[in-house]
Amino acid sequence: MTISNLAEALESGRFVVTTEIGPPKDCNPGKIREKAELLRGSGVAFNITDNQTAVTRMSSLAGSILLLQMGMEPIMQMTCRDRNRIGLQSDVLGAAALGVRNILCLTGDAPSFGNHPQAKGVFDVDAVQLLHIISDMTGKGVFQSGDRLSGPCPQLCLGAAANPFAEPLELQLMRLEKKVDAGAVFVQTQSIYNLERFTRWLDSVREAGLDRRVRILAGVTPLKSVKMAQRMKFHVPGTDVPDAVYERIVHAADPAEEGYRLAVETIEALREVRGIHGIHITALFWESIIPQLVRETGLVP
Amino acid sequence: MIITRQKDLQEILEKIGSGPVFLVGCNECATLCGTGGKDEITALSTLFASKKIPVSGSIVLDPACHLLNSKQLLKPCAAQVDSAQIILVMACGNGVQTVAELYPEKQVVGGTDALFIGEVIRAGVFEKRCSLCGDCLIDKYGGLCPVARCPKSMLNGPCGGAANGKCEINAEMPCVWDQIYTHLKKRNQLYLLKAVQPPKDWSKSREVKVSRDHQ
Ligand code: SF4
Ligand code: SF4
Repeated sequence: MTISNLAEALESGRFVVTTEIGPPKDCNPGKIREKAELLRGSGVAFNITDNQTAVTRMSSLAGSILLLQMGMEPIMQMTCRDRNRIGLQSDVLGAAALGVRNILCLTGDAPSFGNHPQAKGVFDVDAVQLLHIISDMTGKGVFQSGDRLSGPCPQLCLGAAANPFAEPLELQLMRLEKKVDAGAVFVQTQSIYNLERFTRWLDSVREAGLDRRVRILAGVTPLKSVKMAQRMKFHVPGTDVPDAVYERIVHAADPAEEGYRLAVETIEALREVRGIHGIHITALFWESIIPQLVRETGLVP
Repeated sequence: MIITRQKDLQEILEKIGSGPVFLVGCNECATLCGTGGKDEITALSTLFASKKIPVSGSIVLDPACHLLNSKQLLKPCAAQVDSAQIILVMACGNGVQTVAELYPEKQVVGGTDALFIGEVIRAGVFEKRCSLCGDCLIDKYGGLCPVARCPKSMLNGPCGGAANGKCEINAEMPCVWDQIYTHLKKRNQLYLLKAVQPPKDWSKSREVKVSRDHQ
């Protein structure tokens, strides 16, 4: 029996789709349920973000449980920004006890990006170390300290993030390899707007043999507006929006329509790229576009 | 050295009220930082006088953070200290505590913020180098410290956010991982970075007392 639907899909070699739900800045479960209902059937599993961009929101664990209650499969995101190794491991156990089977391990954005810039960033461990820690819990039944779990080990499918546009490439590949060695079964990439640069990255990943050791889900984020294109191009660290793409959105009569077209084209192009095992669609605050996007591109029937 | 920044003047004025105030500086780090050297102590004395806040006296210790030494140096100032309501210490937090320990009956206030252990890049410009983590790892990174110099203390390689060698959270600041990379590449030692660095042992950062005999 495989650990999760996601793990099963990744193993099967099928082209996989995952998408993302951002929990609300309040305690209304209805907001998660509404987004989830919208996305039902549009992917095999759904990332629940962990206070993304360091903005305080409903916890990813709670969001994941809400999804499970609806019979949908969460990928619980976990960052190292807000919890030390004690808190992280505790939440891994709690999540596993409640039925979470996929965890995406991230280092996380610094607090200075969010709505509590005065907060202390924890960063007791980084994403590589978090992957090792959880792998040891699942595989060896030990905590980071070496202390043993007192009962069953959690069964989890672990993922990580990768940024194809980050420099220096050599170091980034080293880091990716560390994540794979640490037990990441899949990686979701930063949103792709520069296909050529992405393909070059993938070539290096293939050269390093990493595409055979980890499932790569290419990130796609439709641009909804000129403002969003501006934010992605100039303000979000680690993204690469080429001038041509940017101009296309800025000069479009209907930027949202153009952004959607661009996403369709990107997905169609990505499907032809060797070494990719699926697509990860993020459309925070524009989730409603995803069902149409996955149908039109044939990602789901 | 310990890099300090003077607190906002308004805040200092609020702390000292109507005085009288006795000023303490430090001849070491605070002097190099231009926060509590002879010049700054003189400038503050003049400023307080112009605001009709009596200054009973001042001294620049060498260094402020040496309890026994400071005790000696302060002896001749006993009368001046005695007639002060407030002792304002323009040194790092250690210096403030040294003086507070010497005068438990007095109100001792600090006039700087201690920021980090850092380098003098050029006159008046300082950069963080160390956060005294208790378990030094810099040999693994070619002598550049990611614990102190990366805002996320990343020990296994850079995050994906650096742009043009600058840190994602501050475009003025170099990404230390970029510096580590450039440095080790030049030395053909990039292989050093392949080793997975396990979670750091922070227990040593909680040490509060150490004696030379025990080393
Ligand atoms: S590893 Fe720790 S002790 Fe060494 S330079 Fe960095 S912060 Fe200072
Ligand atoms: S950009 Fe560099 S220094 Fe800044 S957080 Fe990322 S790895 Fe650390």
